Amino acid sequence: MHEMKFELRGITKRFPGIVANDNVSLSVSTGEVLALIGENGAGKSTLMNVLYGLYRADEGELLIDGQATQFSSPADAIAAGIGMVHQHFRLVPVMTVAETVVLGVEPTGRLGSLDIVEARRMVREVSDKYHLDLDPDAIIEDLSVGERQRVEIVKVLMRDAKIVVFDEPTAVLTPSEILEFFGIVRSLVAAGRGVIFITHKLKEALDIADRINVLRRGKVVGEALPKNTSESAIAEMMVGRAVLLVVDKVPATPREAMLTLTDVSVVDPDGRTTVDGASFDVRVGEIVCVAGVQGNGQTELVEAIAGMRRVAGGSISLGGKNITGASPRERHAAGMAHVPEDRQRQGLVTELSITENLVLTRYHDAEFSQGIRMKWDVANAKSRELVAAYDIRTTDPSQPASTLSGGNQQKVIVARELSRETRVVVAAQPTRGIDVGSIEYVHAQIVKERDAGRAVLVVSTELDEVMSLADRVLVMYRGKIVADVDPKKVSHMDIGLYMAGSRPAGAVAS
Amino acid sequence: MSETLKSLRFTLLAVVAALFVSAFIIVITDIEALGDGDFGKAFSTLGSAYWGLFKGSFGSLRAISNTITGATPLLLAGLAVSAAFKAGLFNIGATGQMLAGAVTGLFVGFAFQLPAIIHVPFALLASAAGGAAFGAIPGVLKARTGAHEVITTIMLNGIASFTVLWLFKTELFKREGRDDAISKFVEDSAKLPKLFGFMGNRIDLLAHTGFIVGLLATFAFWWLLRKTTLGFEMQATGFNQEAARYAGMRTKSLMVVSMAIAGAFAGLAGGSEVLGLYGYASSSVAGEIGFDAIAVALLGRSTPVGTLVSALLFGALQAGGRQMQVDTDVPIDLIIVLRALIVMFIAAPLLVKAMFRVRGDATSFGQTFRGWGG
Repeated sequence: MHEMKFELRGITKRFPGIVANDNVSLSVSTGEVLALIGENGAGKSTLMNVLYGLYRADEGELLIDGQATQFSSPADAIAAGIGMVHQHFRLVPVMTVAETVVLGVEPTGRLGSLDIVEARRMVREVSDKYHLDLDPDAIIEDLSVGERQRVEIVKVLMRDAKIVVFDEPTAVLTPSEILEFFGIVRSLVAAGRGVIFITHKLKEALDIADRINVLRRGKVVGEALPKNTSESAIAEMMVGRAVLLVVDKVPATPREAMLTLTDVSVVDPDGRTTVDGASFDVRVGEIVCVAGVQGNGQTELVEAIAGMRRVAGGSISLGGKNITGASPRERHAAGMAHVPEDRQRQGLVTELSITENLVLTRYHDAEFSQGIRMKWDVANAKSRELVAAYDIRTTDPSQPASTLSGGNQQKVIVARELSRETRVVVAAQPTRGIDVGSIEYVHAQIVKERDAGRAVLVVSTELDEVMSLADRVLVMYRGKIVADVDPKKVSHMDIGLYMAGSRPAGAVAS
Repeated sequence: MSETLKSLRFTLLAVVAALFVSAFIIVITDIEALGDGDFGKAFSTLGSAYWGLFKGSFGSLRAISNTITGATPLLLAGLAVSAAFKAGLFNIGATGQMLAGAVTGLFVGFAFQLPAIIHVPFALLASAAGGAAFGAIPGVLKARTGAHEVITTIMLNGIASFTVLWLFKTELFKREGRDDAISKFVEDSAKLPKLFGFMGNRIDLLAHTGFIVGLLATFAFWWLLRKTTLGFEMQATGFNQEAARYAGMRTKSLMVVSMAIAGAFAGLAGGSEVLGLYGYASSSVAGEIGFDAIAVALLGRSTPVGTLVSALLFGALQAGGRQMQVDTDVPIDLIIVLRALIVMFIAAPLLVKAMFRVRGDATSFGQTFRGWGG
């Protein structure tokens, strides 16, 4: 395979009101991995859409081997040897692997009929060459997320991409799948292809990249070689100030149990048991983290604790009081704060103002209303206070919450839930999709809650987050709590094994 | 630019675009003139048509009275649709709720003999209660069974129409000496005073104080949304039911309450027509008002003031359209076309954007249509 150098020079892309990319230059050659790292909203996606022909840059040029070129559609980009694996897969769930990967480039037999034998052979060839381990006849919807991603990779390779762009590829993978994925990236590079790896995870960029470009507010603010840099140096470039990557906390001094689950089961409407006999305590003054791969019952567990979902069996008590059948408002009144998993769907009414969202769960308190009358002047004053105290970046709290960035939306929820007297804090995916600076902030708030004598339960699929935040780790697998361990006494890899349903060698049954 | 201003601009542009397209229709359908190749005459027809439209709606006290008369039920029924929209519900049932309010208001109007100072409010209250009770039905059906309110309100419109048809032939309601479905007259003490009554007893000034009821209802709607916990709950539920549930709101009860409030507004629309305009009721008392109210609410983007302004606009088009038909040969049906065009342009902000080369985001326009989500 011949060498190719792909270069972006002085790319500027403006949208009404913002400059998404500001004079960005970068280059990647076959045989190397370039990591493009930056916070949400730094302009990574815009840049990738420019180089894939989905957007046209306002200024600047694209060069292939020094020759200026233009892409007016993804088809041009593909023809030039650029392939993209999107964060959200574009596969047909009911088709087989072979059928879906040849869509658009179907090998045809006589009379233009699909030559499925040839399609199978092509898939097998690519799969074998890069150790992708895919069965051409498997149905897409039966595949795991990691396998589906490999199907996307086959798709790109069959179109003969020389440069492969991965947009946040690890967001959906388990720790072991991430390792496998890195193996695939290395074999692509070894076979003489180039890779652009877009991520906001520092560790991964350091692990896999040959070079790292850091994007902030649309500009390339730095370039680094992994061997000469560190996580904190890159984080500082991303955020523009020094960032605390390790959660700063003293050892926990847990006291009495505050939240107690006894044999809690949840059955979803199709009759599937999603939470299977979960029993545990969360004590005052400790942070308990529930780790697990997405979809192992954590969502249902949190919703059962918060009163959003009925339990099929077992009981939940808060401070010794049985709350199994209590409504969300009753739990709220009993001292439960709940930061929900999906802030857009549950945590916020994005069309309403920031102020209205800051009182969403509290408007009925005597503080904010009297009978049927809302005391908006009190709410506005409270809102200004919380915006300042929780560093919510807005110029005007009467603007809709949809005008905030993801991190600031999360701060609105955290501010609302933590700014009152509570006894138990339940936070699901508290830092999902938010930037490094906001993560640091949210973590600090959670530790503060613990130290203020609250019982804290955090559910997260980010293993790093679990390991640094937790005083105690529970691992959930297929609806069951399969491990209850001290994070200081186990390794990442051990937790990863529990998450995958196996047990580390030498571990005792919990 | 603030959101309100931005949406106001789009609404105005939609009206302008509709007037422009209607003008085109007037010119090309002026067959007589076009047959002669006389474009000058076709354009003069256009000029006198739009002049007639203006003269008939705002050109005299009588014109203004007619505009207000037309706007009154549109405003109250429009509020019924807007209130439901705010709670995320699509109320197609203003017609049925109007009929329910007309019947209860009518009954109190003729069955009691009271001094006017008590009789009028009592009859209006009965209208609101009748509409509220009828409006609550689809709310209950949705909360209990999940039946979509678009379907149930349409069905209930049919039920209301035929019930009224039967009711007005019963001994209790029917007018002496009439075989068709037409009711007794209400007592004079139950009639809403004329709006321009202070100018002497002019029978050509039909506007009645139902319009004041409409203004009070508009204020009440604004107060509900801006100042009360219930209004806050309605809006939170309307935008995001899941988040409202998370926040501890009783979303099912809210559906019923919201639909009852909507029904109360529509009931007042029916009551004010009976007590203020006709003095009796027939099965056609609601006419097309319940459906026009949807357009009024859409054009007003479901806000209290927006609904008021668009009801006045539609009232003016209706009044002006009659004058236009008298002055020129342009049929009043053009008003239906014009209104349809306004709604179309409102529903297609991208089209308006392209026509006027407006920059910026138009997607927030879809908000009013939330009701379809179920």
